[in-house]
Amino acid sequence: MRHVIEPTDMSVDEIDQLIAIAEDIERGPNDYANRCEGRILASLFYEPSTRTRLSFESAMISLGGSVIGFSSADTSSAAKGESVADTIRAISCYADICAIRHSKEGAALVAAAYSRIPVINAGDGGHEHPTQTYTDLLTIHSVKKSLCGLTVGLCGDLKFGRTVHSLIKALSLYRDNEFVLVSPDELQVPEYITGILKDRGCLFERTSDLESCISRLDILYMTRVQRERFFNEADYVRLKDSYILNMSKLAKAKDSLAVLHPLPRVNEIAVEVDNDPRAKYFSQVQYGKYIRMALIMKLLEDRNGGGAC
Amino acid sequence: MLSIDSVEKGVVIDHIKAGTAMRIYQYLNLDALDCSVAIIKNAKSVKLGKKDIIKIEDRIDLDLNVLGYMDPDATVNIIEDGRITSKLKLSLPDKLINVIRCKNPRCITSVEQEIIQMFKLWDREKKSYRCVYCEQENN
Repeated sequence: MRHVIEPTDMSVDEIDQLIAIAEDIERGPNDYANRCEGRILASLFYEPSTRTRLSFESAMISLGGSVIGFSSADTSSAAKGESVADTIRAISCYADICAIRHSKEGAALVAAAYSRIPVINAGDGGHEHPTQTYTDLLTIHSVKKSLCGLTVGLCGDLKFGRTVHSLIKALSLYRDNEFVLVSPDELQVPEYITGILKDRGCLFERTSDLESCISRLDILYMTRVQRERFFNEADYVRLKDSYILNMSKLAKAKDSLAVLHPLPRVNEIAVEVDNDPRAKYFSQVQYGKYIRMALIMKLLEDRNGGGAC
Repeated sequence: MLSIDSVEKGVVIDHIKAGTAMRIYQYLNLDALDCSVAIIKNAKSVKLGKKDIIKIEDRIDLDLNVLGYMDPDATVNIIEDGRITSKLKLSLPDKLINVIRCKNPRCITSVEQEIIQMFKLWDREKKSYRCVYCEQENN
């Protein structure tokens, strides 16, 4: 039985297959309307989520399946002190597959160890969020028709942003991608991530200036620079506007640039950018549902030995 | 010169980095043994300058993973009839189970105490391990 706890739990070939299925779903969602009929997704959300929870639930319903679950720890037995292991043992009796979000890092791995049904990590604290990575890859592939030979800018908080780390790890598996890491010095990408890029022979550069590099980018992945991450207020005030994407900065970019953001955004992308055709972050939300449909189907099919889910 | 009887039958952990024998004693739960156990600190060593030694007067099964983690350069001599019958070489184990605890307060192991503490070797040169749940490095 397969679980997806981190993005690399799927091989590059399998991720490519997921993307192909998700793109087919986009073309003809009705063809998939009954693929998981009679199947139940347990949606175990120990902490609040808007997009991830609803996209998992919408994905299962769109496949003809049903959803049970909870949307906060307060409304589950976790409030009485039940462990993740005991909860998943019980849920395994009620559902065919589960998506779990938990504030503690490693919670999904613990769930997988005790589960009799496939477990999908829907975010474990600041650790992993594989379906966000697959969503990002699908969005890039849908816009660029390839995941190779791209110059990818990642901008903002590159130190603590889990989506950034996962995306770099995943995209560096594809050939000829170059990375431009745009962040204040305080929020640079960790050494172990640049170590992975070096090991895989990927070109990368670090800069603190978005405007100086935006004209070269094929993809710009924006994240939020949070005030609390700075050591002093003066640095935050000095730098915060540098990492806000607006039409003035976007004017220097290629017409073919795609701007992505894992959402929710606060102010790192000005609202005026939303109507620019290069803004792909709302399409990204739609792709998030398609890739989760593809993943649910794959895990249920694998559980049935490759047969229909 | 301090004199401690030689071991007739048992285990001698030699070439322990000076100053770490007590920690090894604790990690290996040697205080639970009934037999004689001698800890020699700061013994003279040609190779190390000074070293610690632990002598155990019984043929016990040591957790070599724990010992390898504590001091991969130590040597384990098995003694029979007063002679060394075998020498075991240690190395850093690939996995540590319930040897060290994750210090990350955001890790699931910090709130669910019954979960097995598991670490994987991350960097052999730096002797660095990462928690399998949260991937936090343990130094």
